Parts: sequence; C-alpha cells; structure tokens
Amino acid sequence: MANDTRVLFCNCTYAQVVPQSTKEGVLRKLCESEVSFDAVADLCEMSARNDPALKRLADEGPVKVVACFPRAVKWLFSAGQAPLNREQTQVINMRTDSVEEASAALFADELTPNLPEDNRPPLAGSETKETS
Amino acid sequence: MSLTESQSLRVVVYEGEGSDAMNAEARFDTMTSLLEDGFAVTRTNGRQAVAPADRTSLLVLGRFPDGQAPSFDSGSDQAEVSVANIDQQEPAAITDMVRAKRESLAAFDHGAWKPWFPVIDYDRCTNCMQCLSFCLFGVYGVDDDNKLQVQNNDSCKTNCPACSRVCPEAAIMFPKYRTGPINGDRVNAADLNREKMKIDISSLLGGDVYQMLRDRSEKAKSRFSKERNPDKALNERKKCLTKLAKAGDIPEEVLMSLPEPDEIQRRAEEAAAKAEAAIEANAKNN
Repeated sequence: MANDTRVLFCNCTYAQVVPQSTKEGVLRKLCESEVSFDAVADLCEMSARNDPALKRLADEGPVKVVACFPRAVKWLFSAGQAPLNREQTQVINMRTDSVEEASAALFADELTPNLPEDNRPPLAGSETKETS
Repeated sequence: MSLTESQSLRVVVYEGEGSDAMNAEARFDTMTSLLEDGFAVTRTNGRQAVAPADRTSLLVLGRFPDGQAPSFDSGSDQAEVSVANIDQQEPAAITDMVRAKRESLAAFDHGAWKPWFPVIDYDRCTNCMQCLSFCLFGVYGVDDDNKLQVQNNDSCKTNCPACSRVCPEAAIMFPKYRTGPINGDRVNAADLNREKMKIDISSLLGGDVYQMLRDRSEKAKSRFSKERNPDKALNERKKCLTKLAKAGDIPEEVLMSLPEPDEIQRRAEEAAAKAEAAIEANAKNN
C-alpha cells in the first residue's frame, strides 16, 4: 500500500451489525502488519455528535475506510460536516466482505474509489460491486 | 449534543524511532480494549501517513527503553501532548490509565448513547417532507433554505426505522439497521415502492396512521368509561399497535411510549404544518 494512503478502521463498537469475526479478523491483520492506521470506536457516534475529529480523518489525501456500506459512510461524514473526497476514498465494507476480501482490498497497492457519485443514485444490479 | 466545542482525547500508539515495537498480539489486545472503551486510537510507526493533529489532546503510548521517551511535536500548537510508557503493561491496565487521563481532561466520555439516528442520502432526497410530517418526535426540521435536515439526533427512538419506511425515495438510512437499503446498502428498483409501503401502512389502519391511533385510543377510553375495564382498553390499543409495529418494524416499546391521543394529535399537526410550510416555500422558490 502506498505510504501516502491512510487507513481508517471503524470498530462499530455500539452495535452488533458488523460480524464480530470480520471486525476482529481485519483488525488483527492490521495489527500484524507494518501499516500505520487510525481507528475509531464508532463513526456513527462521531457523525451524530459532529465530532471535529471527522474532519481530520476526511481531510488529508487518499484514505481507505474500513467500515460498512459506502453510501452510509459517505453520508455519515457529510452529516458530520466533513465530506469525503470521492476521488480519494475507498470504502471497504465489513458487513458484506469476508476477512480475506476486506484484507486484500485494504493491503492492495492501489486505491479504488467507490463512494457513490454525487446526484446519481445507483440502482442495485446496474453497476459493478461497490464494496471493495 | 455536539462535540464541536468539547474536549476530546486521541490515543497514539507510537512504535517509531526511540521506542520498541509491541508484538502483534499485545497490539491487537490493546487496540481492541481501547476501541471497545470508546477511544479513537492511532497506531503509527512514523513511516506512513496518519490523520494529522488538530486541537484534540494527544496521549502518546509507547514502550520506551529505560522509560526515556523521545520528545513529540504534534505539529499543532493547540494540541496538548502527554506521554506514557506502557512497557510491561497489560491492555486492561493501559485502558484504565487512558480512562483516568480522559477524566482528568474532562474529555467526552463516548458510548453513553447508542448512535441511532437517520442519515439522509441527499443524492436521493427530493425534499418531499414525508419524514418530517411523519415523525412525532421532532427529529427532523428544515434549514434556512428550507432543505430537510436531521436536527435532533437524540430525540430519535432507538431501533425505530419507521421514517425510512415512509420515504418514497429510500433516502433515509439507519446505518446500524440490519437490512438494506435502510442500512446504507444499495437501493434497488423494488425499494423505490416506498410510496406503496406508506399506503400499505396507512391502509392497514384504515387511513391516517395517527388518526387511527387516536380513534383506537378514544374507543378504548370510551369502553373504559362504560365497562370500567382498563385491561380491555389497553389490550385494544396494544392490538392496534402490534399491527403497526409489524408493518413498520417499529419497536413495540416505541409505540407503547407514544403520548396520549391529544398530544399525538398536537405533534402530528405541528409536524404537518412545518412540512407544509417548507414545501410551500420551496415551491415559491422554484
């Protein structure tokens, strides 16, 4: 992974919607690697609280966000007054991806932007998989 | 509640120059313990980009040989930096120490509230105000430009996704909901039958949902006065609410905590008036 690409891991601490085994598996892989990363307890809480930390997490260059659905992540940051840069953000979805899929996307050299395009609501089945 | 002005704490697990790296297991256990306790944690080895410092206080944790930590410059003159040696410390003890630091800073204690609130997908939202007129708890409002806004996250009823079910555009997400598209998953053509869903909910109760609740409650009241049987009246209301709960996936406790009929009516009218005013204003501007 390129040195200027940041990693942000969401632990989704306050709900059980991300499979525990996926969450733990991905965090374990991160901890076993040499990669520096930011981890937060729960992006939803940060968004709901307008946590200024969202801004520092969104602002600085390319980022891989390991969390949940890209559409949710896009609008959580937006609601928290810290919109993500679509061209520089890849969301890895731990609700749908396995540990292996998520880790492969996370440690890949390239960043594949996959936030939904502005004002172009996608319909499922009309585009390629968005998760990783 | 907004954290815009509050003090918060960011933990940095430092493994760069001047420190000994942790082993992977200890790193994982420490990270997990801190995250489960609500902390934001950065692990850095100094060689790769992480989020920059801002005004948030930093607590740098590291295994420093002989207890001698290098000096740290956050790069921000607003951030207070403190350093702690965690050599030989167990994750639980580390978390206790970080918790004590949070208390000493009077920093925000996360996790007191399950973050359950609507998130609007403005790529889809058409400003129709259905959600605003539906919600009885004042979660929604409009901004200065009469654009729909979530204004009171804390008023949202935990685990209740009902407003997302009346949105004709499937534009309301609850990221912690179990299924799509409410959880943020992609919207498919079938999901766009939200208007139908709304009608279904209404028709289930023979028209306006709140009107039906009021009618049922009134009937129950009158029966109560005639029969003096509070259990029967309560059962009648429960039966009605159970149907609604099923149709809208509304937690029973939310329905059972609805206020008295007069208050429901007042709130419904207030919400409808707000929605109508915003729609009218938007129509004038377009």
